[in-house]
Amino acid sequence: MTAQVPKPQPFVRELLGRSDYAIIGEIVEPGSKVLDLGCGDGDLLQWLAENKGVDARGVEISSAKVQRAIARGVSVYQGDIDEGLADYPDGAFDYVILSQTLQETHHPRTVLREMLRIGRRAIVAFPNFGHWRMRLSLLFGGRAPITKLFPHTWFDSPNIHILTVQDFEELVTLEGIRVERRYFLSAGRKMNFRPNLLAETAVYLVSASSR
Amino acid sequence: MIVESNVVRFDCMPLDNGATLAPVEVAYETYGELNARKSNAILVLHAFSGDAHAAGISHVTGKPGWWDNMIGPGKAFDTNRYFVICANVLGGCRGSTGPASINPATGCPYAMTFPVITIGDMVRLQKMLIDSMGIERLLCVSGGSMGGMQALEWAVSYPDRVVSAIPIACTTRHSAQQIAFNEVGRQAIMADPDWNDGNYYSDKPPARGLAVARMVGHITYMSDDSMREKFGRRLRGKENFGYDFDVDFEVESYLRYRGSEFVNRFDANSYLYITKAMDYFDLVNGHGSLAAAFETARARFLVISFSSDWLYPSYQSQEIVRALRARNCDVAYVELQSNYGHDAFLVDVAEQTDLIRGFLASTYEKAQ
Repeated sequence: MTAQVPKPQPFVRELLGRSDYAIIGEIVEPGSKVLDLGCGDGDLLQWLAENKGVDARGVEISSAKVQRAIARGVSVYQGDIDEGLADYPDGAFDYVILSQTLQETHHPRTVLREMLRIGRRAIVAFPNFGHWRMRLSLLFGGRAPITKLFPHTWFDSPNIHILTVQDFEELVTLEGIRVERRYFLSAGRKMNFRPNLLAETAVYLVSASSR
Repeated sequence: MIVESNVVRFDCMPLDNGATLAPVEVAYETYGELNARKSNAILVLHAFSGDAHAAGISHVTGKPGWWDNMIGPGKAFDTNRYFVICANVLGGCRGSTGPASINPATGCPYAMTFPVITIGDMVRLQKMLIDSMGIERLLCVSGGSMGGMQALEWAVSYPDRVVSAIPIACTTRHSAQQIAFNEVGRQAIMADPDWNDGNYYSDKPPARGLAVARMVGHITYMSDDSMREKFGRRLRGKENFGYDFDVDFEVESYLRYRGSEFVNRFDANSYLYITKAMDYFDLVNGHGSLAAAFETARARFLVISFSSDWLYPSYQSQEIVRALRARNCDVAYVELQSNYGHDAFLVDVAEQTDLIRGFLASTYEKAQ
């Protein structure tokens, strides 16, 4: 038997079937106060509450999903992210999470500012429209790309503000937002090489720069 | 499950208007078992015309309680896990002290000498009842309509005594429209000569006025959709119009039936006093803002409204939620889709059951 040299593990274990959730699960510190925007039926919040002991809250626009979230014991309120954050006091949360939803908001820049007003930190995960499959699909197909990441026809798509890794980097620079950590994922692996072309999903941990 | 009402008497209680009421009785029922730590008690709060008989079959009337579909073994308020209490409100006419009660100073019914009471007074009496049971903290206070107002009052006035609150289809203060409907009801009663300035207890009650008041009420509890579905323009027991002012339409028949039935179980003076208490209720009053009113609130909240409820529209529930968010309180909120109007909180059982069961289970777990 030969001694095994532990290899660095590039694979991200999926959490609830999603690799961006696994990153978020890593980032969030135990016992913190978390608000998940567009939380769906509250599966991530429930996991964070049960495994990290967080004080979990959520916002979701779909009545059916809110009902499922409340039925599983998660405090979710039915509301619109674009309108609904103004009531929260400054610094109400340790983390405000926006997972795969930034591209669905009407005013992504305002939402990002609001997240950093009401949260000490924000976690933003989004599908990268700059991925090579999207580029090839548009180049050779000549139509709005339909891929695993963007599975909707253009007329059915909830994605109204699609963005690339590069776009997000430029926005945080423009807004003076500090990037504390950035993660890029492709096929369930963390990767760093040419993320704007090769990453399927990006996860950013950001905070207001004045801090 | 056959249930009995109990009555407990207190020597006196102070009222918001400065008066003292002595003595005071409160009628209540309980379902399930209080655990050894007394940590599983839920106070259910009835709406305007409700009473202490919330669940089970009354051993007197043989009728099920007004929220029997929500309270019982395995139901939303699961009596296998929780100890559920419901009391008739102060000013009521179903066992608790109200205008029909005998004034010990005169030996006659109070009638209109009964002091004007508030939602705050109703809740104060409930707290006296809870104190007498030795219950330190209620796991939950919950109710729809006026019951929801009482739940909010509990959370604001006795923040240390409630772990959670479920206000359903209610408001923090009546709008002009809500006050207007109540005033129509009151005027209908007072315009009935049989009302006799409230002194009708030895004679016949103002049945016509009270019935008209109830008819207006029932219209506000339904929605345009639910009335169309239930009655449409269908005629009652005839093929053609009668060309007179007897009942032609089904909806007329229904309202007349509901009105006359109400007279048998409700006191007209209680109608006046309780609607007044609802109109006076205003959580903003004395606090400056709703958010300020919730400053001391510590309960976890589940707020529910219904899409077709135009008497207590969703925007009023959303005001509650926004104020709680401004205080960073733990609040869940959903607007349920329903055609039943304000009545939905009594009728739409399945969806409310899932919500309330999950909310209570996680609240109970955290509180242990």
